[in-house]
Amino acid sequence: MQLAKVIGDVVMTRKDENLTGVKLLVLQPLAADGSNIGRTLVAVDAVGAGVGETVFFVRGKEASFPFYPTEVPADAGIVGIVDHWDLG
Amino acid sequence: MQLARVIGTVVATQKHPKFEGAKLLLVQPTTVDDQPRGVPLLAVDSVGAGVSEKVLIVIEGRAAGEALGRKGAPVDAAVIGIVDHVDVTE
Repeated sequence: MQLAKVIGDVVMTRKDENLTGVKLLVLQPLAADGSNIGRTLVAVDAVGAGVGETVFFVRGKEASFPFYPTEVPADAGIVGIVDHWDLG
Repeated sequence: MQLARVIGTVVATQKHPKFEGAKLLLVQPTTVDDQPRGVPLLAVDSVGAGVSEKVLIVIEGRAAGEALGRKGAPVDAAVIGIVDHVDVTE
């Protein structure tokens, strides 16, 4: 999983039917110090996240697990909203 | 599997139910000579690792789910051991 900031959302009318009702958000991955790192990506939302929140997301087919038994065609998914993180 | 150093902890109240009770660690993958390699990532902890410890992690969904002991968990990385030492002989 990786930390990310939600920076936008994606609206699609014509899409895979298994994406119906699934929220798609634009993520900017974050480094440990909170700075931007890497390319932005689009992820499905499983926890009710919104723009401006810091979240963590999972990559790979596990992104679709929260929607089981619907087989959502996703390779990235938000699975938690971060309260805070602490560096040791 | 990859070697990594635990660099922090992450707290999240609102999360997928399969994460309930799981400890989330921020880990920095390292080379065998302990140099940072790539971006830090979040891993669930199944062995009781703490900040600054050297650990072994899996970065693959099924293995991470098994380490967590929960089928169908939306995870892709887990700490599976605390490294005592690594010996590389060339």
